Order: sequence, then C-alpha cells, then structure tokens
Amino acid sequence: MDTNGATTSSTAGGGSTSKSSSKKHSRKPVYSRFTQQELPACKPILTPGLVIATFTIIGIIFIPLGLVSLSASEKVVVEIVDRYDESCVPSNYSNDKLKFIQNPSINKSCVRTLTVPKLMKSPVFIYYQLDNYYQNHRRYVKSRSDKQLRSVSDEKSTTDCSPEDKTVDGPIVPCGLVAWSLFNDTYWFSVNSKTIEVNKHDIAWKSDKEHKFGSNVYPKNFQSGGLIGGAKLNSSVPLSKQEDLMVWMRTAALPTFRKLYGKIEQDLQANEKIQVVIQNNYNTYSFSGKKKLVLSTTSWIGGKNDFLGIAYIIVGGLCLFLAVCFILLYVIKPRPLGDPSYLSWNRSPAGHPN
Amino acid sequence: MKRYVYINDNESSHELYCDNRISNRKYTVLNFLPKNLWEQFSRFMNQYFLLIACLQLWSLITPVNPASTWGPLIFIFAVSASKEAWDDYNRYLSDKKANEKLVWVVRQGIRKHIQAQDIHVGNIVWLRENDEVPCDLVLIGTSDPQGLCYVETAALDGETDLKTRVIPSACMGIDFELLHKIKGVIECPNPDKDITRFDANLRLFPPFIDNDVCPLTIKNTILQSCYLRNTEWACGVAVYTGNETKLGMSRGIPEPKLTAMDAMIDKLTGAIFVFQIVVVMVLGIAGNVWKDTEARKQWYVQYPIEGPWYELLVIPLRFELLCSIMIPISIKVSLDLVKSLYAKFIDWDTEMIDYETGIPSHATNTAISEDLGQVEYIMTDKTGTLTENRMIFRRCCISGVFYGNESGDALKDTKLLNAVAGSSPDVVQFLTVMAICNTVVPIKSKTGAISYKAQSQDEDALVNAAAQLHMVYANKTANILEIRFNGSVIKYEVLEILEFTSDRKRMSVVVKDCQNGKIVLLSKGADEAILPYAYVGQQTRTFIEAVEQYAQLGLRTLCLACRELREDEYQEWSLLFKEASSTLVDREWRIAEVCQRLEHDFEVLGVTAIEDRLQDGVPETIETLRKAGINFWMLTGDKQNTAIQIALSCNFISPEPKGQLLLIDGKTEDEVCRSLERVLLTMRITSSEPKDVAFVVDGWALEIALKHYRKAFTELAILSRTAICCRVTPSQKAQLVELLKSCDYRTLAIGDGGNDVRMIQQADIGVGISGREGLQAARAADYSIGKFRFLKRLILVHGRYSYNRTAFLSQYSFYKSLVICFIQIFFSFISGVSGTSLFNSVSLMAYNVFYTSVPVLVSVLDKDLSEGTVMQHPQILFYCQAGRLLNPSTFAGWFGRSLFHAIVVFVITIHAYAYEKSEMEELSMVALSGCIWLQAFVVALETNSFTILQHLAIWGNLVAFYVINWIFSAIPASGMYTIMFRLCRQLSYWITMSVSFTLSVF
Repeated sequence: MDTNGATTSSTAGGGSTSKSSSKKHSRKPVYSRFTQQELPACKPILTPGLVIATFTIIGIIFIPLGLVSLSASEKVVVEIVDRYDESCVPSNYSNDKLKFIQNPSINKSCVRTLTVPKLMKSPVFIYYQLDNYYQNHRRYVKSRSDKQLRSVSDEKSTTDCSPEDKTVDGPIVPCGLVAWSLFNDTYWFSVNSKTIEVNKHDIAWKSDKEHKFGSNVYPKNFQSGGLIGGAKLNSSVPLSKQEDLMVWMRTAALPTFRKLYGKIEQDLQANEKIQVVIQNNYNTYSFSGKKKLVLSTTSWIGGKNDFLGIAYIIVGGLCLFLAVCFILLYVIKPRPLGDPSYLSWNRSPAGHPN
Repeated sequence: MKRYVYINDNESSHELYCDNRISNRKYTVLNFLPKNLWEQFSRFMNQYFLLIACLQLWSLITPVNPASTWGPLIFIFAVSASKEAWDDYNRYLSDKKANEKLVWVVRQGIRKHIQAQDIHVGNIVWLRENDEVPCDLVLIGTSDPQGLCYVETAALDGETDLKTRVIPSACMGIDFELLHKIKGVIECPNPDKDITRFDANLRLFPPFIDNDVCPLTIKNTILQSCYLRNTEWACGVAVYTGNETKLGMSRGIPEPKLTAMDAMIDKLTGAIFVFQIVVVMVLGIAGNVWKDTEARKQWYVQYPIEGPWYELLVIPLRFELLCSIMIPISIKVSLDLVKSLYAKFIDWDTEMIDYETGIPSHATNTAISEDLGQVEYIMTDKTGTLTENRMIFRRCCISGVFYGNESGDALKDTKLLNAVAGSSPDVVQFLTVMAICNTVVPIKSKTGAISYKAQSQDEDALVNAAAQLHMVYANKTANILEIRFNGSVIKYEVLEILEFTSDRKRMSVVVKDCQNGKIVLLSKGADEAILPYAYVGQQTRTFIEAVEQYAQLGLRTLCLACRELREDEYQEWSLLFKEASSTLVDREWRIAEVCQRLEHDFEVLGVTAIEDRLQDGVPETIETLRKAGINFWMLTGDKQNTAIQIALSCNFISPEPKGQLLLIDGKTEDEVCRSLERVLLTMRITSSEPKDVAFVVDGWALEIALKHYRKAFTELAILSRTAICCRVTPSQKAQLVELLKSCDYRTLAIGDGGNDVRMIQQADIGVGISGREGLQAARAADYSIGKFRFLKRLILVHGRYSYNRTAFLSQYSFYKSLVICFIQIFFSFISGVSGTSLFNSVSLMAYNVFYTSVPVLVSVLDKDLSEGTVMQHPQILFYCQAGRLLNPSTFAGWFGRSLFHAIVVFVITIHAYAYEKSEMEELSMVALSGCIWLQAFVVALETNSFTILQHLAIWGNLVAFYVINWIFSAIPASGMYTIMFRLCRQLSYWITMSVSFTLSVF
C-alpha cells in the first residue's frame, strides 16, 4: 500500500530541480525602468489650441522682425552699384572686346562718375562684383595649396595646383588657378578733383592674415609662365601682407559675388559726384561676365539684403493665415479630442477588413 | 551507402573516416580575412559602398576626401568582422575544450587515457557516470547486469527525463575483461541527422561468435553530447565521430529569415539606387554640355582643349560620388543595433516571465522583431500550447460502466474504489494495462518513495492514477516488472514492446505472467486504432459512446485492450518481429506491418479520459489577437471532437448561432472534393456576413485536399479566418504553414513539442513554448516564451513597437541622406555643373555617421501609444499588419519632405548669404547648420514620447554639433578655421536658422 510513494512527482529528481531553479533564477532579467521601457516620458500632443497658439505667436514675432530687418536694409544701408565692363570698352572695340582686353598695349583706364543718393556714413565699403564668374568650379576651387601659403617649408606641396603648379625655375608661390586669376582692376576715387583715400588695410580676415598666409612666404615665379592670368604680386611683400590676394582666395560659393576692395573712411554727402578712374584690366569678356563697382554702408544685418526681411514677413504671414484657418476650422467643425468613434475600425460598420 | 565498422581495428578506419575532432568554426586564422570579406561583400549594399570607396581613390573625380567613405566603411566592416571573429573564437575555445578532453579508449587491448579528438571509428570508449559522450557509440557493455544504462539527452533533443539504453543481445553477458578484446563488425548506414533512428546490424567475430547478426536500434546507442547517468560505467564502439555524428550532422546554420520590412527596405533602396543613376546621368550629360559650351570660355578654369579619352566619364563619375550618400551607409548598422535592442527588450521584459518556472522570454533570432507586428496568421498547436500539458486522469469507462461522471474525478468515485477493493476482474485487468502497458521507468528513492520517469505525459498520468487505485507499478529489473495490488505482488516478464508511432497511434506490450505463464498482449491507443480491431462479437457501442462523451468535454481519450496469446502464436510472430527489427531498409514500415499481425481481435477493456487544462489567459489572448485582425489556425494531432471542444472553450470559435463550423471530411478523393466544394460555397456566401465561420479538416482529408485540390483549398484558406486541423502529422503542419506563406501571408507558428519543430522552422516567425514536452520547440524557435498568454504582449507590444520604430528609423535614414544630397545637387547647378561638393569631407562624414544617427537611435525608446491603450484597442495592429507605416507611399512622403527641406535650406542660405557673404566655407556651414536644425526638428516632431534620453540625444546632439565645429574652427590647420566663431557672432546667421526652421514646419 505504497500510495504515498506513487504520488510523488514524476518530473526530474529533487537535486537537479533545485539546482536548475537556482540557475534559472539568475537568468531572470533585472528590473529597471529602462529595460522595461518605462522611463518617465512626456507626451506632447499637438492639440488644436497648441497649434493655433504656436502659429499665432510665430506670426506675431516674425512680421515685426521682418519689417525691422527690411527697413534696416532699405533705409539704413545706402548702396551705389555701377556696372562698368561694357562702358569701359572704347566704342571702336565694342564688337571685339576680347581683343581690347587682351592687348596689353592699349590704355585701359576709364572714368566713371557716381552720384551719392544719400548721405553715406563712414566707413563706406568698396566692393567689386563679378557676375557669371565660377569661383566654385571644381577645377578652380581645388586648385590651391593652403600648406604652401602657410609656411615656406611647404613650398613644394603643389600637387593640387596643376596646371599652375611650377615653372622651370621651381614651384610657383602662390600656386594654383585661384591665385593665378587674381583680380587686377584698380579704382581711384576723387570728389571735386580731390582724391579720396582708400584704405586697403584690414580688408582681409584677421585669421587669414595671422594664420593662413605666412609672414615669411614671398611670391616666387608668380605669373612668370607662358599664360598670364590676373594681377601680379610684389615679390618683396610677404603673403601675409597681400590682402587683395587673401580676399580673392576666400573663394565665393555663388557665381555672383562681391569682394572687398577697400574702405573709404570719410562720409560721402548726398548728391556728391564721385569720379572713379578705373583700370579695366580683368578679362570677363570671354565668358560674358559682368563687372560692377559697389559702394555700400552697412547696418546690423550687414549689407543691403532684402531677402531675410521679406522671408520673415512671408513666413510670419503664412503662420498667421494658418492660425486663422485653424481657428475657423475649429469653430465651424469642432472635433472632440480623443473620441474613439473616429477610429477607423469604429467608423466602418463591417469592423474587419475582410 | 553503408559503413562497416570493425570493432577494435585500429588501422583500417583511419583513412576512411574522420577522427573525432569537432569543428564548429567557420574560419581559420588564415582564411578569416578573405572569407569574411567575401561574405560581407556578397551583400549588394556593401558592394555598392566598396565601389564608391574605390572610385573615391581617384583624386580627379572625388569631390571629397576618400576618408569620408573609407572611414565609415572600414568601421562598419570592422564591427561585423570582429563580431564574427569573436563568435568564432568562442566556438574554437569550446571545440578545443571538447577535443582535448581526456577519455578512456582501448588501444592495443589496453585502456588508455587519450584526448577525445583522437578517437577513431571502431575504437572502444569507456565512460563513467556523469561523463559526457564524446562521439556516437554503440553500447557493448555496462555496469548493469541486465545491460542497461541511463542517459540524459537534454543537449540533443531538450528532453530532460532519463532514457534507458540497452546493450545488444549479442553482447549480453560478455565479461568485463573480455570487452577489451572484442572483435566484430557493425554494419550501419552512412551518417545522417535523424536522432530517432539507427538501423544497423552487429556481428561479432570468434571467440564471441553468435549465430546470427544482431539488429541494432537507436536504443543500443548513446549519442554524442549525452550524459551517462545512474550507471557506474558503460563502454561502446565509436561508429560516428567528429562532425559526422548525429549531432554534428544536424548542426548547421539555419537560413536567415528576412522580415517583410527588410524586403521593403531593400526594395526602396533599389528604387533610390535607380533614382540616383538617373540623377547622375542627367547631371553628367548636363555637366559635359556645360563644360563644352561654357567652361571652355572661362579662361580661369584652364580646361585643356584636348582631354584624355575618359574625359566624358569624369563628370558623371563625380556626380555618382557626390550622390553616393543618397543610400545611407549607416542604415545597416543602425538597423542591426536597434534590432538587437528590440530583442533585448523582449529578454528583459518582466511581464513575460513565467513565474512558475522562472523562465524569462527569449528572442533567439534578434533580426525579426518587426515581423511580429505584421503577423496575419497564427498557427497554433493545441497540447502544451493552449493547454498546460499537465495530464490528470479524470474519468474512465470499464466494461460499459462509467466512473467519475458524477464527481468529475474517477479517483474519488466510490463505485470504482469499491470495485477495486472487491478485486473485480474487469477492473483489475484494466488497471494492469494502465500500470504496465507503457515505457515508464519506476525509480525508487532511498526513502522508498517511488517516482516515475515517463516520456509521455499521458503514460505518466495513467501510471500515477493506477498507483492511486492501489495498482502500484513498483519495480522494474531487466525484463521483470513488479506490480503490487492490494498487498500482493504480481510479476510480469516483458517479452516485447511494440512502440508507439504516430502512424500506428497505439502501443502494445507483450508480457508473460510469471505466476501462470500466460502470454498476454496489452494495448492502448487512440479509439480508431483500437476499437475497429475488437474481436468479432464484442459490443463496442458503449465504448464509442464513452469516447464521444469524453471528447465532448474536451478530455483526451485512450482505449485500453488486451488479448491472450498462444505460446506458438507468439513464438512464430516473435521471429517475424525480430527479422523486421533487423532490416536496414524501411524498418519502421516493416515493424508496423508485423505489429499489425498481432494487434487484432482485441478484447477492449475500457476507455480512459485524461484532462488537459487550458493555460491561464488563453481565451483572452486569442480574443484580443483575433480583434487585432490575426487569424488563428489550430493544428493538432488530437482528435476532432477534443479539438473542437478546446477550440470552443478558448474562444477560438464561437458557439452557434454566432459561429458556424464547416466540416471537410471524406475517405476518398471524391468525397473530399465534394465536401471541400460545399464548404467553399458556404464560405463565399457567408464571407460578407459578420459571422464566425471556421472549417474543420482532419489529417486524412487534408492529405487529399493538399495533393489534389490545392487550389480550392488555398482559396478556402484565404477566405477562412479560423480553421481547425486535427489528426495532422508534423509534416502536414509544415505544409499548411507553407501554403499560407505562399499566399504572401505573414505566419507565426507556435508550439511546444518536437512535432511542432518543422512548422516552427517553416513559419516566418517561430515561437516555442518552453514547456513540459522539453525544449525542442523552444530551441528551434525564433522566440521562446513560457506561456501562451505572453504571445499577446509579444505581438501587440514588442512587435508593434519594433515595427513602428524601424519604420521611422529606416525612412528617416533615407530622409537625412536625401536632404544633404539634394543640397549638393542644387549646388551643382550654381557651380557650373562641375561636381563641386558644397560640404567639406569632415562635415559630410560626421553628418552621416554622427550628427544624424545618434538622435534617431533613441527612437527605439519611442512609444506612440501606451502599452495599455494597445492592449485595450488591439485593432490598432491593423496599421502595422497592412504595413501602413513603411510602404512606397509613406516613403514618397519622406522623399518629398527631404526635397522640400533641401529647397528651404538651400534657397534661404544662398539668398541670405549672397554677394559679399558668399564665402564658400561659411555658406557651407550655414547650409549644414540648417540641415542639422531641420533634422533635430524632424526627430522631435516624429517622437511621440520624450524620455530623458531622447531630450539628451536630440538637444545634446545639437549642442554637440556646435561644440565639435567650434573645436574644428579653433584648429588653424583646418579649412574651417574661425568659421564657426564668425558665424555664431553674426545675427544674420541666427535669423537664417530660425527662418529655415520655421519654414520646414509647413
């Protein structure tokens, strides 16, 4: 009558059960809020009220901001833009401008008269503007050697500079297409035959002068090859002092760009006539690029640029418009938030998609 | 086809068969690099990136530093290669440990201690208790006088109970010392992976000559990786060694499963690739045209008049490189990373721990969590999956008398107890069959308590129930069984065991009553395997009624029967049986045929009814998942009535009139065809009504339907949301899964036993329940869980979140790459279509691998809805099932968004930074900052719940962007020197940022 014995469990023996259960126990995952995906979380819901409020606030902030920056660019900044590439070609060359610009024996000077529309407070910045000029072209933008510019010991690192990398006399410093094509028009300003001083110092970035262009690197073999590109450099002045080069070598990302030529550190009165004598040396005629001379003052957003102001007003206006639309929608056709009857399976009577 | 193993012959086998060196390694030190690289480069994405990286080495065409592609590429390759290497190294270590383990092997007649890897086929290996078996052995001797030994096969099949193994009859009684000198030949098949079969013969040479060949079965073997238990020593002949063992053959790398989402991502990647080619071609042609018309006039560019022969290719290739970032290099790494985190979340989930056993859920396959959210069909096993698989003997019907009907528990039925006390002959006979017609091993502990080792839960229930009814199966020594009934001890000698197979559906033992020498056949089995074979004249009507009645209650029934055999009948049959058992070809079938000769003219004794309770929470789980639009199919080996009852009780099907069951049955093709068509017709009509229609099919009809009416059956399968397939074999289960998969449904198979393994492997997702039938299913499965009810959480919570998160992450990866790529394309139009890169190499690389991948990685923590909401409204899963979050149209949305954002950033940047401000480095940094702000905004907008980690990653990343660029701006040698400081001081920079940020809202 061993009924007790017979009822014992028929699973694994006692010893192994306890062993395996203790082993299993250690496999049990440790509880933490991360492992259980239960980290405290905030769940912002885009309620109609929140959306309308956001849009309204953005609109209210953006429109005045846009107006302010627009007025800064329109009212504060005074700008004179004068295109001279066409008019500086003598009429007998107007059919063959290329011949004119490529002939070194022709005198290239040209006189332009600019009228100051409004008082221009000092400093007045002088820029030259090139249109349709691709400083960002791949062949061009890479054709330089920053190492070589920085230190004299890296004079020979001209691998990227081809085809303006070296001459028979050794490496070109500064090498590459960018330096080679340095802009070489010059301007001379006068008011009532009195010369206006143009300050050509501090037109380049401070960091370029101090770090990118070495103070002991001097131009070598520059513009001495068969092809002459742009300006020549005074080989007795170190690169760190050649600010025109530095400005030019900060390549522009857009095909239309302005580069700083110098600063006029005196106020220009309204309706003053400024005489500009231009040495029109730089060839933009072969690719029908334009050259412009720009005189401009600045404001807190920089030079004259209406875009940001207009963008602000448009964005702000759009926000307000949307806010109004949402309010109307909310008033005309309100919809309670979180109503389960809007759920797709509650809307269709069939219930199942079969 | 056969191998001949000469026992104790040291030389002959060396060249023929491999030694016992186990090797699971994929690589060796020498071939690691080439092989691993080859494997990695067999993926299209990697080939693409390698091509791009190689093109970048050509400085004429590369827009950026080659490091911007080589860096991430090498990093990604290094990560996956070192993971492989680490895994392989660990495999090498464990192999080495196994190979160098010392074992006792007979060499030149002397027992020697040698390393396991030096074992050769034919060697005699000695094992002691608790030793691991080093290779597949045929037993020739054990410490047990009856030639028995016990092995634990858990490593092989996951079953934790001890199995008995016996030495072949020819080796019985050979002396311990003589075993060293034994000679003979074993004729066995070539290595295969079937761990349930070993059809071989053994012939011993003089002086051990035995008249004839001795058949060997799997019962005479001990296989590699098993452990010897409860046996002092055992020795055997090595027949399969090294990687040719049964375990070694069944090893193998399973095909990686590809989720529906992976397939979609691949498709979208392909689409982007085509788009990229088109863009490259258009820009390439435009660039060449521009070069010839415009660039030649631009003297400062100095285009040579006569270029090299490949000149036409240069610009298109540059654009190819410029656009190569369209396909994000980081997506594969990010996806792998988040997928393993999904798997970890499953492993970590405390709500999916089975507290009864302490087993947590586990994701073996870490790559397919998204598929869980897209399941459309669930194929479930019944026993052990829906039910607990804890069998309890509840009722019985002995000679027409029903016991246990009133109380629901036959063990407490006084009628039965009285009958037992009165030793009623019918009842005694019935209990005897219950107690000894099985393969149970009684084990007596030191205290005298008896516990049973049973391979089947039903047998366990029956033996225990018999013991409670005072028919105690007390002891088994060799072939002598000892049972105690009401104080008296009865001994039986087991002559043969006719084992259970799923085809025969019954098992029998032939025993000899030691008291009177009578030979009796005792059988138990399914009703249809027993009742039709009752002797002519026996009334089986009451038994049929009993079976039906029990099945109605959802109980498992077994019929018990016996037949007295004449001595000569037995002897005659015994020879046939022995012959059949030693055949090498079709042994199983031959044995079944021979068994059939004995198993007839039964005297049916009665019917037992065993209860298998439903697991907790099964009905709720099924209801919830059905609401979530998942269709359930039940595939069970059990009989129709039981299956239907279980189905009803677990909400699988609704009772009439809401539900309707359609039966497909029939024995012949015509009958099946007719009933199939009828069901199909009904199904078509009712498919529009809100009615639960399910069809029921049995294994026989299914076989015919799948063979001859596949098309009609497929249509039925598509129409029907619920199906019950009963009496199906493991291979039919797999066939059904295959059928649904071929209709492009995402299938999940869930099961717990060895018979579900094939279905689990076949399905898109296999889920195993680590249950009482061992771990076989759980090992083969992609996910193993402790209880069926965890399936709800696995699908609705983990599957759904994984799907949502991956959908966002993958599309976002494309979005951010496209934004920056579009900007580059736009920029090429204002840079003379020459292929200039607006961004510098450092920024490009950092943008892809750092600035944009860190914030998006925390989206793995995003929860769009709380777990509770999803559980309450399981219909939400429709979205995932239909793939609404990742498909060509959502992708087009992201594509449009990236185009819009690129336009916003580009237009605003080039206008705000026009004229004197249009410095290259500055402009590029403004555009890049714009992209970074926008992507932070997009991540923030798409995140539904912000935890501290998300805030950290999104806003911290923005701060990090500035910090990193400040650092670069502070290095004089870098191209970006001072740029970021200048910008941050400009008011117009911040104004530009805020405008692009706001405009992107629309």
